[in-house]
Amino acid sequence: METKTELIVEKDEAKKIQMSGSHAVIQSLLKEGVNLVFGYPGGAIMPVYDALYDYHDRLHHVLVRHEQGAVHAAQGFARVTGKVGVAIVTSGPGATNTITGIADAMIDSTPMVVISGQVGSPLLGTDAFQETDVIGISQPVTKWSCQVKKAEEIPAAIAKAFYIARSGRPGPVLVDITKDAQANMMEFDYVPVTQVRSYQPVPTPDSDKIAEAARLINLSKKPLALVGQGVMLGGAEKELLKFLEKSGVPAAWTLLGMSVMPSDHPLNVGMLGMHGNVGPNVKTNEADLIISFGMRFDDRVTGNTKAYAVNAKVIHFDIDPAEINKIIYADVPVLGDIKETLPMLTHMVSNNTHETWVKEFRACDKIETQKIIQPELYPTKEGITMGEVIRRVSEAMNHDAILVTDVGQHQMMASRYFKFRQSRSVVTSGGLGTMGFGLPAAIGAKMGRPDRQVVLFVGDGGFQMTIQELGTIFQTKIPVKIVLLNNNFLGMVRQWQELFFDKRYASTELINPDFQLISKGYGIMSEKVTSRDQLDEAILKLVNSEDAFLLEVVVEKEGNVFPMVPAGASVSDIRLE
Amino acid sequence: MKQEFTIIIFSENHVGLLNQVTTVFTRRNINIESLNTSESAITGIHKFTVVVVTTREQVDKLIGQIEKRIDVLKAFVFTSDEIVHQEIALYKVHTEALMNGNEVENLVRQYGAQILEVHRDYTVIQKTGHKHETQELFEKLDKFEVLQFVRSGRVAVTKTNWEQLATYLRSLEGRNKVTE
Ligand SMILES: Cc1ncc(C[n+]2csc(CCOP(=O)(O)OP(=O)(O)O)c2C)c(N)n1
Repeated sequence: METKTELIVEKDEAKKIQMSGSHAVIQSLLKEGVNLVFGYPGGAIMPVYDALYDYHDRLHHVLVRHEQGAVHAAQGFARVTGKVGVAIVTSGPGATNTITGIADAMIDSTPMVVISGQVGSPLLGTDAFQETDVIGISQPVTKWSCQVKKAEEIPAAIAKAFYIARSGRPGPVLVDITKDAQANMMEFDYVPVTQVRSYQPVPTPDSDKIAEAARLINLSKKPLALVGQGVMLGGAEKELLKFLEKSGVPAAWTLLGMSVMPSDHPLNVGMLGMHGNVGPNVKTNEADLIISFGMRFDDRVTGNTKAYAVNAKVIHFDIDPAEINKIIYADVPVLGDIKETLPMLTHMVSNNTHETWVKEFRACDKIETQKIIQPELYPTKEGITMGEVIRRVSEAMNHDAILVTDVGQHQMMASRYFKFRQSRSVVTSGGLGTMGFGLPAAIGAKMGRPDRQVVLFVGDGGFQMTIQELGTIFQTKIPVKIVLLNNNFLGMVRQWQELFFDKRYASTELINPDFQLISKGYGIMSEKVTSRDQLDEAILKLVNSEDAFLLEVVVEKEGNVFPMVPAGASVSDIRLE
Repeated sequence: MKQEFTIIIFSENHVGLLNQVTTVFTRRNINIESLNTSESAITGIHKFTVVVVTTREQVDKLIGQIEKRIDVLKAFVFTSDEIVHQEIALYKVHTEALMNGNEVENLVRQYGAQILEVHRDYTVIQKTGHKHETQELFEKLDKFEVLQFVRSGRVAVTKTNWEQLATYLRSLEGRNKVTE
């Protein structure tokens, strides 16, 4: 660690106080405005836990049931609040258990700081008990990481970690602290980091590029805006709407761009990608201009890139220079903070409406509604569909809850059919597609926004990947609403087997436990619904419950998510069945 | 079209940085032809010189990903005509070979190599130059049996007369302080 030289030092007037490294960890967290952490203790982090004992009134620690849960909970917290999520774990297995969540936060740009204990510095490299090279292991999946071996270096390392985690394009940072650094005494002096010389978080916007973008937009007959999470991370939701409303450009969103625009906005034309809406997928290849805002052309969005946006010039707004031309060539790249660049763009575009063009999207909607949406949301056949459950829950929550999902069919269904009024209302594992993400993430989300309803949709597969976090709900009494969409299958994989592997259902059928009994064991109220007529009443119980609640709905076993752009196909070749 | 590029990376001098840099290459399955690390002309700043054979498009993406690493200050990419570059090679041969006739000595002269050390049993020859030159000498000397051979990674300086990083650092000083 050689942080000192890189900091712009603003001398703190506060008196330096003698304390242990572990107290310095907590003091540093408090200085960063942290009052909630998720974690799990163990040998190498015990000094920090001992210090936590003294701060329980100021720093709330949530004891999860598995370190993966701590990280996903921190992610859930970060995603709904925009603050840095914090997880604390021990060395060795504690640290390795965080890797999935760290990788998830990395690919989904979630600000997070993970503090891991490490064996004492004299033991480093000796294969000591519970020693792992967590810096080496986590390096490719962290935005930054560092190992601290001296107590006096703790505050500077944590300050730098928070700055890096939340600035620019956010991401996870790991700080590995040896046990002796936690135990030794030091003089506490906290200097927040505001600059790191080797790191430029926000590129300076180039006004010529913005002018060029505006020129193309003003000339375009068929423009389409693609909205990603970057808009949310940049806090530029209002700026986006201003642009759309002035320019009349229709906008579609990625999975992580969900809830950036209100669902019922007239220029919101729906979801992009593999299970997105027909209109935005098909129209991508008819558009003469694509304007992307804070999204990264993930392969689940683009399908075959050679057959993507074939008639369009591309304007790409991003904060991360490495995203420009990574997947799709940008005719006009616009780097910078979107909260700054978007208003500059809006200022330069002319007032317009693209009425006929927008109507073309609505025509696509009509076909999709008739063929897919109507039968999914208002089925007449026997067998509950995932879509109808999601629609009814969204309605019962006045389309204003925070949606958390796990990964699979239910995730795609929820993305398609849950509705939103405000931004930062979705927590889902996008880039990594981590099953088991949902339950702990929902706990973190509810703790971040206790004032809002938080509803988790989860499949019977993913639920059992982190089901032990029901114990965290039990202990903390956090009122998370869980909707388990049980199809007794690893549904999404089964769907692929049906469509692409001749219905050879290899290891996708699940023989499940009695989920109500399990939830009873954890002291969580539950209801199980097997037929449509019980649904509304059960949902009412779920919504009105003051406490956590599990609603298990036995849904159609072999329902499929459509439309679908098969992997590797063009977005134009979206399948309706 | 694939061609040879020399990438020069300036970074902080932290433990583990080499790993940070090389994983960017391995993840994209790009083979590192040659690698050299050293201090740069600017105190406290480390310099990597990496040679790869790839396409312009790939190398540009690579640079983007390398610069994204927090501890990397800046990365630059050059084609061979934009830099002056050298490698150094050491050859250990039997001293006997040198004594029996003047062929080895002639090779040393012809290739502008140097005799570094003559021992009773072995002689160490050094040559600086481009890879094909040091390779050619190796093949010629090997007729007399080369006992050991080693070639360093490429080192390079740019033909422009200013250190590009210095310019970059100056631009940083003018940059707004808080950027959140
Ligand atoms: C950790 C992990 N393992 C495997 C997968 C692959 N996978 C994606 S969706 C899915 C099935 C999910 O089944 P379930 O949780 O029951 O949800 P459903 O699709 O039925 O809604 C699997 C196995 C994954 N995404 N994550």
